[in-house]
Amino acid sequence: MRNRDLTPSEKSQATFEPRIVAFFCNWCTYLAADLAGTSRMKYAPNVRVIRVMCSGRVDPQFVLDAFAHGADGVFIGGCHPGDCHYQEGNYKTLRRFHLLKRVLQQMGIEDERCRLEWISAAEAERVRSTINDMVEKVRALGPLDLIPTEEKVSAEEVAV
Amino acid sequence: MPEIPSSAIESSRERPRIGVYVCHCGTNIAGIVDVRAIVEFAAKLPGVVVSRDYKYMCSDPGQALIQQDIAEHHLNRVIVASCSPLLHEATFRRVLSRAGLNAFLLQMVNIREHVSWVHLNQREATEKTKDLVRAAVRRVSLHKPLQKRRVSINPHVLVVGGGIAGIHAALTLAEAGKQVYLVEREPTIGGHMAKFDKTFPTLDCAACILTPKMTAVGSHPRIHLWTYSEVVRVEGYVGNYKVKVRRKPRYVIEDLCLGCQECVTACVYKEAKNPDEFNLGLSKRKPVYLPFPQAVPQKVVIDPQTCIQFKSGKCKKTCVEACGDRKAIDFTQKETIEDIEVGTIILATGFKTFDPVRNPYYGYGRYANVYTSLEVERLINASGPTAGEIVLRDGGQPKAVGIIHCVGSRDANTNRWCSKVCCMYSLKLAHLIKERTGAEVYNFYIDMRTPGKGYEEFYDRLLDEGVHFVRGRVAEVSDWATHPSEKGRLVIRVEDTLAAFVRRIPVDMVVLSVGMEPQPDAQDVRRLFNISCSTEGWFLERHPKLAPVSTFTEGVYIAGACQGPKDIPDSVAQAGAAAAEAMALIDAQFVELEPYTAFISEDQCSGCKTCIPLCPYQAISYMEEKKKAAINEVLCKGCGTCVAGCPSGSIQQNFFEDEEIFEEIEGVLAYA
Amino acid sequence: MPEKPKVAFYWCASCGGCEEAVVDLAEAILDVIAAVDIVFWPVALDFKRKDVEAMPEGSILVSFVNGAIRTSEQAEMAHLLRSKSKLLVALGACAHLGGIPGLANLFDRESILKAVYLEAPSTVNPEGSLPTTHHKDDGHSVELPGFYNTVQALNQVVEVDYSVPGCPPTPRIFRTALQTLLGDELPAKGTVLAPDCALCDECPRKDSKPEQLSIVEFKRPQQLLIDEQKCLLAQGLLCMGPATRAGCEALCVRGNMPCSGCCGPTSRVKDQGAKILSSLASLVAGKEAAEIDRILATIPDPVGTFYRYSLPASLLHRKQLDRASLHEAAASK
Repeated sequence: MRNRDLTPSEKSQATFEPRIVAFFCNWCTYLAADLAGTSRMKYAPNVRVIRVMCSGRVDPQFVLDAFAHGADGVFIGGCHPGDCHYQEGNYKTLRRFHLLKRVLQQMGIEDERCRLEWISAAEAERVRSTINDMVEKVRALGPLDLIPTEEKVSAEEVAV
Repeated sequence: MPEIPSSAIESSRERPRIGVYVCHCGTNIAGIVDVRAIVEFAAKLPGVVVSRDYKYMCSDPGQALIQQDIAEHHLNRVIVASCSPLLHEATFRRVLSRAGLNAFLLQMVNIREHVSWVHLNQREATEKTKDLVRAAVRRVSLHKPLQKRRVSINPHVLVVGGGIAGIHAALTLAEAGKQVYLVEREPTIGGHMAKFDKTFPTLDCAACILTPKMTAVGSHPRIHLWTYSEVVRVEGYVGNYKVKVRRKPRYVIEDLCLGCQECVTACVYKEAKNPDEFNLGLSKRKPVYLPFPQAVPQKVVIDPQTCIQFKSGKCKKTCVEACGDRKAIDFTQKETIEDIEVGTIILATGFKTFDPVRNPYYGYGRYANVYTSLEVERLINASGPTAGEIVLRDGGQPKAVGIIHCVGSRDANTNRWCSKVCCMYSLKLAHLIKERTGAEVYNFYIDMRTPGKGYEEFYDRLLDEGVHFVRGRVAEVSDWATHPSEKGRLVIRVEDTLAAFVRRIPVDMVVLSVGMEPQPDAQDVRRLFNISCSTEGWFLERHPKLAPVSTFTEGVYIAGACQGPKDIPDSVAQAGAAAAEAMALIDAQFVELEPYTAFISEDQCSGCKTCIPLCPYQAISYMEEKKKAAINEVLCKGCGTCVAGCPSGSIQQNFFEDEEIFEEIEGVLAYA
Repeated sequence: MPEKPKVAFYWCASCGGCEEAVVDLAEAILDVIAAVDIVFWPVALDFKRKDVEAMPEGSILVSFVNGAIRTSEQAEMAHLLRSKSKLLVALGACAHLGGIPGLANLFDRESILKAVYLEAPSTVNPEGSLPTTHHKDDGHSVELPGFYNTVQALNQVVEVDYSVPGCPPTPRIFRTALQTLLGDELPAKGTVLAPDCALCDECPRKDSKPEQLSIVEFKRPQQLLIDEQKCLLAQGLLCMGPATRAGCEALCVRGNMPCSGCCGPTSRVKDQGAKILSSLASLVAGKEAAEIDRILATIPDPVGTFYRYSLPASLLHRKQLDRASLHEAAASK
């Protein structure tokens, strides 16, 4: 690659640390994240985990609210199909997720910013690798930056 | 159900007065997270009245500190930033209760498992902690006083699996006066242990110590023994499980069969022709048979796959004739489904042995004289196919025997784990083979693992007995002779890593010390009982150290080798522990459940019925008169799926209300 | 005789239906006129902006503003009426949530102007001229309103006291809202003046909805002969009723058409589209991704369906512009 000056957006990208909100099921992915801790695995510090009893509790509003409040990515972790602690909650998550992804696509939010993974209580390594992978992919996309700032509002108001 | 005192509701409605407590956990947290910075940060958050750190928040002085602050500063909300809530949430909730606050006005922040143990950079870890603490402060302000639900415990216990672990658990419970249903898939209980000849390191005969326990199970007035049966469905919740058990037809009416085996003698097959499962195919049995002489129950079983009556319908039925007036044989028997209600469940479904066909270089299945260790147990057993004489498949007596350790264990190509029992049973087999045949016995091992009472001493004894030990993983077993002394024998090729050269050792018999694996249907079984498995397939305990026989499903316990490789003493110890856990629950007569149930605001519900099919527990019903939905709190397990699905936001979940989660989301993101 | 309370009406980005809705009060409008003094109503009365500017701050009791905010002029008028009024009421779906004009938030200003002024088949514009805010002709210059990139609901531009939902608000909703506003006890600020329950509550087909609904296909109204008695969701039609505020007495459903969501969500919901999405997806049959996708594909335009009236008021407000092209544009400057 040629040496050249970085554009301002590239500069902000270089220092950009993605913010990712995660919703982890209490019985699988949350436990797997605990296990990653007890196993002293190391992973990127960009994810903030919110515990829910089941991935089925994850209201699509939560995902949109996270994006609206500055998240660059949202990660939902649930039990493997057939393994839901509450029998079938994760299937509802899966269905909602598929429709939500279509809405996000129409709204111009890239696919990699919203992720659903089935991670069992034993799969600490998948917590580590998924988080690292997602952080890198979202980093490559750059900030989503949905919080309205005065700057952005005035830019909106620029007339033709 | 106890009501929440109105004073508690009042105090929660007051303006939040929050205490934030940041734990150092020695250096576990403080080594990475700048605890002082967190305390100062938290002190400035809205509603925070007190913000402190302490070396070990969970210690008595740590707890006292919080309790004292609650009284002194009139705190009505508490944040503890420490380890995972799954570890100490209960501890700190008790602190709040002792201080007169409702226990659910607490929020834990997981800054050890989710922060300090997984990140290396102090600045990043501290920033993450700040976000999590901010979110907790915002969330806890909305917490409402809640009350745990009490459910009664049905005192009956289901034990699944009739090996030594299941037997011990069932007997312990029955002796304590509990009604026990013991369900075993095979026609007899006894499990793997019943197949063994002697047990290490004491060399007492397995049958001598097991059979009395089996008989005790069979005759115990409080044990309902259902062999040849499988659990097919489990519903309900802790204290109140509804279980369906399929009882397969054995074509013999158990109540009428006396176990005289006259039918076996009378069978039209004069000679036994079918491989005997109990002897691993080393002997034959007839279509009507008793699995082994000490089988419990002492009831024969008819195998419809091989019985002429089932195959052609044209048998002379000499067995029926022999049974005579007892009329125990019933070819029309059908499988039945039994419904039982129990409060607790103990899973002791055991293990399977590694199939050495997967390691073709050891020649199992190709060379007649390559045996698995379990087959050798049967060969050595006095009641085995050869009455305890070690006769090879080709009829000879071995002059040299090689025992290969770690087959299907400690092997990246098959199973990585150590099966824990193989070193010891290999030593036992070496001793027994040498004793019975005088053969030269070679042990090929990677490491000798003999930790256990009397185990190392047993190893010493074997060294004295002149058994050979070769350290090295065997490369190959073959019949390819390169020297006249190898002709017609099996040659073990191995690098002797102590002597540092490759050896060829000709033997007449090879014993493969096969490792332990999860049962092939472990995944189905764990789904049935709603528990988890480790990646390897072993049932997952609630905590590897502090809750080794509990699972993440309340009221379901695990014992024995279904949880991981273990020997008889460990299995029995776990079985006793599981029985004690079940009894603790039964004797308490009730259990408190988390109050995370969903509830519908009746005036807000439009009666759209969206939620009704979402509930897997049928906890939501439609009230025809009011045209609204209602949630039965007893049936609700608190997953929150209906809450997320309610299109008008009229269902909420205790402790996970929309607003609480929105505050948490916006809290973690509200960085400057 | 005490002075009658002053009332104003104004029309921003909307179709004019809400103005009709006021007239739809029929004879009841006479009572309104008798009870209040209308000081500003461009569609019906000849008051000018300067008349409003001349009024003292807070001298109007209620201003009813319908329509979304799409241009700088609309924003100015919203601010002006806000300062002159004690109560500012968003009237109808566009002011309340952004409404149908809010669907323009799936595009940006440039592409909209390009489509309308350059590319539309009916457009004749050989010089390719586009709207501007400054125009000079014959020595005269004129300042024109600017066209915003993003459509906003009224409360995203100025503080709004109450909203009257509906596209347009039915006479009953409007009448009830008026009574509330002119009454002695005002509801809490921000209240939407309609029942806080979803539409199923007052739907005549409520009883015909099965308790165990499992959706295998979504159908569009033209694809079937619609049973006039049976719940529309049970017939496979995408009805927004469960996620939409009641008050309209299920007018569309009575007309054998599914609810399209114009009254917006209940007060407990932040994002109407997300909620109907969640509830409908939960009821979809199938456990495999492919099967789920096959069923969901029968909803051709999720955003246009779930957010038909509420896109600007939704959590995401608008479609995100293609960041890659933005970066390029920034780099090229």
